[in-house]
Amino acid sequence: MTAVERFPHRLTLVTGHYGTGKTEFAVNLALALAGEGARVSLADLDIVNPYFRSRERRPLLEAAGVRLIATSQACTDADVPALPAELHAVLEDRTVRGVLDIGGDPSGARVLARYRPKIQKEDYQLLYVVNAARPEVRTAERSVEYLRAIEAVAGLRCTGLVNNTHLCGETAPEEIREGAALAEEVSRLTGVPVLCHVAEARFQDQLRDLPLFPIEIRMKKPWE
Amino acid sequence: MKREIWKGSEAIAEAAIRAGCRCFFGYPITPQNEIPEYMSLHMPQSGGVFVQAESELAAVNMVYGAAASGVRAMTSSSSPGVSLKQEGISYMAACQLPAVVVNVMRGGPGLGSIQPAQGDYFQATRGGGNGDYRTVVLAPANIQEAVDLTQEAFDIADQYRNPVVLLADGLIGQMMEPIVWKERTPRVLPEKTWAASGRRGRDHNNFITSLLIDAPACEAHNLNLAKKTAEMEKNECRWEEILMDDAELVLVAYGTPSRVAETAAENLRKQGVKAGVFRPITLWPYPYARLREIAGLDRVKTFLTVEMSLGQMLDDVNLAVAERKPVKFYGRCGGMIPHVSEVEQAAVEAWKEVK
Repeated sequence: MTAVERFPHRLTLVTGHYGTGKTEFAVNLALALAGEGARVSLADLDIVNPYFRSRERRPLLEAAGVRLIATSQACTDADVPALPAELHAVLEDRTVRGVLDIGGDPSGARVLARYRPKIQKEDYQLLYVVNAARPEVRTAERSVEYLRAIEAVAGLRCTGLVNNTHLCGETAPEEIREGAALAEEVSRLTGVPVLCHVAEARFQDQLRDLPLFPIEIRMKKPWE
Repeated sequence: MKREIWKGSEAIAEAAIRAGCRCFFGYPITPQNEIPEYMSLHMPQSGGVFVQAESELAAVNMVYGAAASGVRAMTSSSSPGVSLKQEGISYMAACQLPAVVVNVMRGGPGLGSIQPAQGDYFQATRGGGNGDYRTVVLAPANIQEAVDLTQEAFDIADQYRNPVVLLADGLIGQMMEPIVWKERTPRVLPEKTWAASGRRGRDHNNFITSLLIDAPACEAHNLNLAKKTAEMEKNECRWEEILMDDAELVLVAYGTPSRVAETAAENLRKQGVKAGVFRPITLWPYPYARLREIAGLDRVKTFLTVEMSLGQMLDDVNLAVAERKPVKFYGRCGGMIPHVSEVEQAAVEAWKEVK
């Protein structure tokens, strides 16, 4: 299945508890869509995290033809929760596929509330990233609590779940399966479908039975 | 044991709670905001107290008060905020109060930047506040170690009745890594008979003050503190040696730069340079003796100190090596992280001078 088939809507809003791996997923999704020939913009709308931001991968994204939309480094480093005006170009230009990397938790999702009237007029999917290795959201109940709180703040309904369970470079297929079970339980409790399971491409053979979204680790640490 | 993925700052907060910390007082500052945020939710749930103070000064003095009552207490901040806490740390050292102070360092001096740095090495290891005192300074290089050292910090503080500093750079505070929550054996610690927690049938009041207006008495007090300092120096020194068994070029680094140095050492070995990494885990007491021993080995030709500051730990490396071998330096500062290739290049240059 191609990325465009897996994520058919024009705008993809990536939300979740912080540390679930939203940025890794968003960067990989933007690259995959661009690889399939789509015109793609990735918007770094994280107003929570100062480090490990999608905008740190600007050269990689631009080389792949992805337009990166982000506030200036100076703005973020001043701890100012400013948003890039350029975002309107993605929201309004219906020839562009937009991936919106939203900051963690309901506080990060507040960004979406600002653009709700515009987003609602567009063809969008709001994804919620599930990660069973994150202690704060490792149970289905807690995960649903965060999902509902993000929906309440954003004023938008979640349309799909993405299992992105990982242990950085130490992930094994068993962890991804554990995350799959958690995602299914969250889905059962909410009625929101599980769209895919994120896995490094090297695990594809071991997880053939799951609908996978294969990735390459892009948000590496400085010494990796 | 089940592995979980934690962000450095939140892991430090949870580790403190698990170590029995029951009072946290802080004030927000990037890049350590997850510590107070996590504490605000979880400290009350574990029966403790969280207060967001009106300033760093207020927070550290709340820790001073809580510690005086015998409760395990902690505060956290980042560089400029920790500067504000120095008075409180000096007072706690003077009053022999155990407490843990976390510094998740960012670029300085002054307000600086919010990106990771190590420019507070001198402040942490040389006292920071006024007077003759020392604090054990623990410098984690990964999240598991940040967790383990945070828990250990409370035991060290209680054992010596002295503040302990956990010195992490911003990247350790902000990055995510898998960890396990180990079963730990706490140290056997003296009872806090000195605590100002009510008279409870004693024949005297426990009175806690740093004011010793009579100079001979103040000197005697200082000499008592110095005995503790000597004990800490003797017992608490830690370091790690990576690829050191046959190393001829030694990279000395702590925290994030030690991770960069490790990758650089692996790459250097592929180019035929036998590189190793000497990583101090305690910055005070500094592992002078072991580093001096290494400097005396015939096979060891040169040292390269790598920092996210402009040559602070370098002073301690020089004190240890004492001109037995050349000591070179590579550092970035202000929030910039040394790149693996930059460290390799500096190492190759140092190597050319001695081979």
